[in-house]
Amino acid sequence: MALTFDKKVFEDIKKAEDRWTEKLKSLKVDTCERLERFSTVSDRPIDRIYSPKDIREQDFDRDIGFPAEFPFTRGVQPNMYRGRLWTMRMFAGLGTARDTNKRFHLLVKEGQTGLSTAFDMPTLMGYDSDSQRARGECGKCGVAIDTLKDMEDLFEGLPIDKITTSMTINPPASVVWAMYIAMAENRGIDRNVIGGTIQNDMLKEFIAQKTFMCPPIPSVRLVTDTVEFGTREVPRWNTISISGYHIREAGSTAVQELAFTLGDGIAYTQEALKRGLDVDDFAPRFSFFFNSHLDFFEEIAKFRAARRMWGKIMKDRFKAKNPRSWWLRFHTQTAGCSLTAQQPYNNVVRTTLQALAAVLGGTQSLHTNSLDEVLAIPTEEAATIALRTQQIIAEESGVANTIDPVGGSYFIEKLTNQLEEEAFAIIQKIDDMGGMLSAIEKNYPQQEIADAAYRYQRQVDSGEKTVVGVNKYATSETIPVEMLELDEELERLQIEKTNRIKEQRNSARLRECLDRLEDSCRSATNVMQPLIDAVKADATLQECCDVYRKVFGEYRDPGIY
Amino acid sequence: MKEIAEKVVAGDVRTVARLIRDIDDGMPHVRDALKRLFPHTGRAYVIGITGAPGVGKSTLVDQMISHLRKNGKTVGVLAVDPTSPFSGGAILGDRVRMQRHSMDEGVFIRSLATRGHFGGLTQSTRSAIDVLDAMGKDYILVETVGVGQDEVDVVRSAHTTLIIVIPGMGDDIQAIKAGILEVGDIFVINKADRDGTDKTMSDLRLMIDMDQKKYKDGKWKPPILKTQAVFDQGVKELMDTIEEHRLYNFKTHGDLPFRKRKDRVGQELAEMVKARLIEEVIGGLVESGAFDMVVEEIVSGKLDPYTACERIVIPVLGKRP
Amino acid sequence: MVQKRRLRVMVAKPGLDGHDRGARIIARAFRDAGFEVVYTGLHQTPEQIVDAAIQEDVDLIGLSSLAGAHRYLFPRVVEILRERKAEDIMVCGGGIVPEADIPVMKKAGLKEIFTPGTTLDSIVAWVNANVKPR
Repeated sequence: MALTFDKKVFEDIKKAEDRWTEKLKSLKVDTCERLERFSTVSDRPIDRIYSPKDIREQDFDRDIGFPAEFPFTRGVQPNMYRGRLWTMRMFAGLGTARDTNKRFHLLVKEGQTGLSTAFDMPTLMGYDSDSQRARGECGKCGVAIDTLKDMEDLFEGLPIDKITTSMTINPPASVVWAMYIAMAENRGIDRNVIGGTIQNDMLKEFIAQKTFMCPPIPSVRLVTDTVEFGTREVPRWNTISISGYHIREAGSTAVQELAFTLGDGIAYTQEALKRGLDVDDFAPRFSFFFNSHLDFFEEIAKFRAARRMWGKIMKDRFKAKNPRSWWLRFHTQTAGCSLTAQQPYNNVVRTTLQALAAVLGGTQSLHTNSLDEVLAIPTEEAATIALRTQQIIAEESGVANTIDPVGGSYFIEKLTNQLEEEAFAIIQKIDDMGGMLSAIEKNYPQQEIADAAYRYQRQVDSGEKTVVGVNKYATSETIPVEMLELDEELERLQIEKTNRIKEQRNSARLRECLDRLEDSCRSATNVMQPLIDAVKADATLQECCDVYRKVFGEYRDPGIY
Repeated sequence: MKEIAEKVVAGDVRTVARLIRDIDDGMPHVRDALKRLFPHTGRAYVIGITGAPGVGKSTLVDQMISHLRKNGKTVGVLAVDPTSPFSGGAILGDRVRMQRHSMDEGVFIRSLATRGHFGGLTQSTRSAIDVLDAMGKDYILVETVGVGQDEVDVVRSAHTTLIIVIPGMGDDIQAIKAGILEVGDIFVINKADRDGTDKTMSDLRLMIDMDQKKYKDGKWKPPILKTQAVFDQGVKELMDTIEEHRLYNFKTHGDLPFRKRKDRVGQELAEMVKARLIEEVIGGLVESGAFDMVVEEIVSGKLDPYTACERIVIPVLGKRP
Repeated sequence: MVQKRRLRVMVAKPGLDGHDRGARIIARAFRDAGFEVVYTGLHQTPEQIVDAAIQEDVDLIGLSSLAGAHRYLFPRVVEILRERKAEDIMVCGGGIVPEADIPVMKKAGLKEIFTPGTTLDSIVAWVNANVKPR
């Protein structure tokens, strides 16, 4: 035991605090505070002051410790940002593969250190650009990828053996990943060299983001196929990015984000273990993805609690031996849902604070939202300001000079403890329901998030929570923001390109590849190699996904409100 | 009115939708339309589906629609959801699970709110059934949350009534025992992959067997089926059992269309008269707020309910009862 | 059976985007305002939405889109309503709709567009003022 304060010192401090509290009362300032109730954006009540009494039970070794040592409260790398800064990874994607490729080249030139791809809705849902369901959506909020040729155009001229690539894709993640591997191999780069991340987190789709294709059980099976394949064949790839980001965007509280995300991580671990994999073979490749929301301290505490909780889950619950398995490495994106269309330049300030919280919380990579993200896909100028925001935090503010600079703050440590305790209670509840899949089937996380979102909106509407420029300090004038206009022709051009490829391919070979994919789905053997073969034979994204839909069925929105 | 009835019989979707709205909103002119439609009713087979919230009724209905469509039958659906007692509004969310059928011309789906008027749900739902029947739907599926008497009455008027439960709902089985057991023609344990399925099965079996003497002389004894509606498992068997019950109904009551059987007609007529009387007697009072004032008087102790009742009834009937 | 018209409103999510936070919140707010709300769930085609709206005899369809596809999907719903001779059903929209698109949407027949930051109460007030049970 190494309690932070010994008994004598603690008693003295407590006496002093009691005296101070009495003083407030005698001055009658304790009853004339600005608000009746102070609370975080997640509605957590906050006390007037935090002091040693709040961390009396804290044991330095057990609860805080040093970076890269269990329980990792202070970070996973031994020298954190003194060694290497976080990866500045700006999410980009628009129009056709060629358009996005241009943006990628620009970002790399501006100093970005990792690529991150946004796909359009048809791609995210497993439809080609020529599908009836894609009408009006092609290239709209990301890049359209139908065939291997699109993937090749997307990364043309980029050093994919040196730069890592993150791809935000879920139901068709296995297909898109197969295209990436095939693209690399066609360029003569071995699959064991490429590095990157596919989001591939289906559980949070059912919980929050609602981009789904097949029912939960086969969806998780496909995820597990990629985990297995990655472990064996693509060792530098993060096969799942277990995501709380979308859970938060859907309106959850900070604790719910923490609990449901780690709950999903537990479920994926259980599934991979059932596959006969060793926890230490796959767990080091799990990565996480969190939201950085408005409430500065609560967010920092959330990141610290997440690291500590995952360390305990891996070490104590799953008995992982490799310290790498205990690491919670995470990407952060600032909160899109916190941005306002009103007075859009204020968004730069919001994003700065959120980015700072992520850095103080020890993130491994970061996307900062552009000021116009609430209106449309960012312009180049807006995206550059967002990147500069990170560079200023990294190289001017000095916050990256020391590790975990907020550690030891009474408030931060107390919040970290509270968040951990409450999130573990929710995880226990999920365990009692029979795990995350059954909790989802019972609509438990969906309903909890829906309730939290409605509560928050009501607080904003009543003015209990302030949104600057919206429910306070609002102005009627609108500030014009330059908007990115997409070429309305691109849908037609993309469809033509896909149709041309469809006409030129060898249909017998294609048929054979798709049949093998179907067999693999039915026989529960790993789908990845058949997929790689199929996309090399120019099978389209939708053709592969149609095989999934045919074998596994389609999932439909249960409509929880 | 003649035009409305003709359009309904011709299957005009907008007219049907509007007429059901008018029925639900209590528009007096609908009576004439319903009178004209009555000769065109009696053809459809009505299936009632009830059970507690969360047992998967809508998902089951969605699968039942698919099975009926595969057999070439047209389907009407009335999905009843509770009205919020606080606001009078309602979120009608059952449709979400059936939306894939929304563009099928052989399917008409309509969400209704309970609204909490005096026995009106039963009447308005029955009228809506008549409209869908006259429109030419072969099967009409009526889904309600089996809680209030009104909702039970709604499914009671179906030809075949399904009671849906899920495993591990001990208390709900008690509720069934107390209220709706007698209306169940078929019991369905949905989500039957869950723990406790066998226990629920034996609980139900016991309950039904307690009424052993009811099922003598070849009387229909409610079977208990297991389904997993999400995966379409057991639904085919359920449809077969519904068909058996349909044949049983025919055998027992001859070719007479179900709703025209003497016992049913008597019961429904009595209920209709009751509802109409309530409407005539207090409908206007409720609207003008006078009813509420009388209630206030009783609450504040100025008036007893017996006197209040006489004050309302006597002027209408014109004599002491 | 008391004669009373109630507002019936459909809240619909056209297209493939799954951002339903706003749609679900607005559905609840409409319920709390005393409307009967039919919710379609996600991933609906304009055709599905119109068919459902007609069968449900709603007075208003509220469309929600957050992924840029409103330019095609919103006017398409109005267009199909016209084809079905159901243009008496009013349509409004909400979500991430750039300022510049609003006149285009209105010209296409949408009665109103609610952009981020609009309060629930003001949306309800707009409905009460502009939509009457038909």
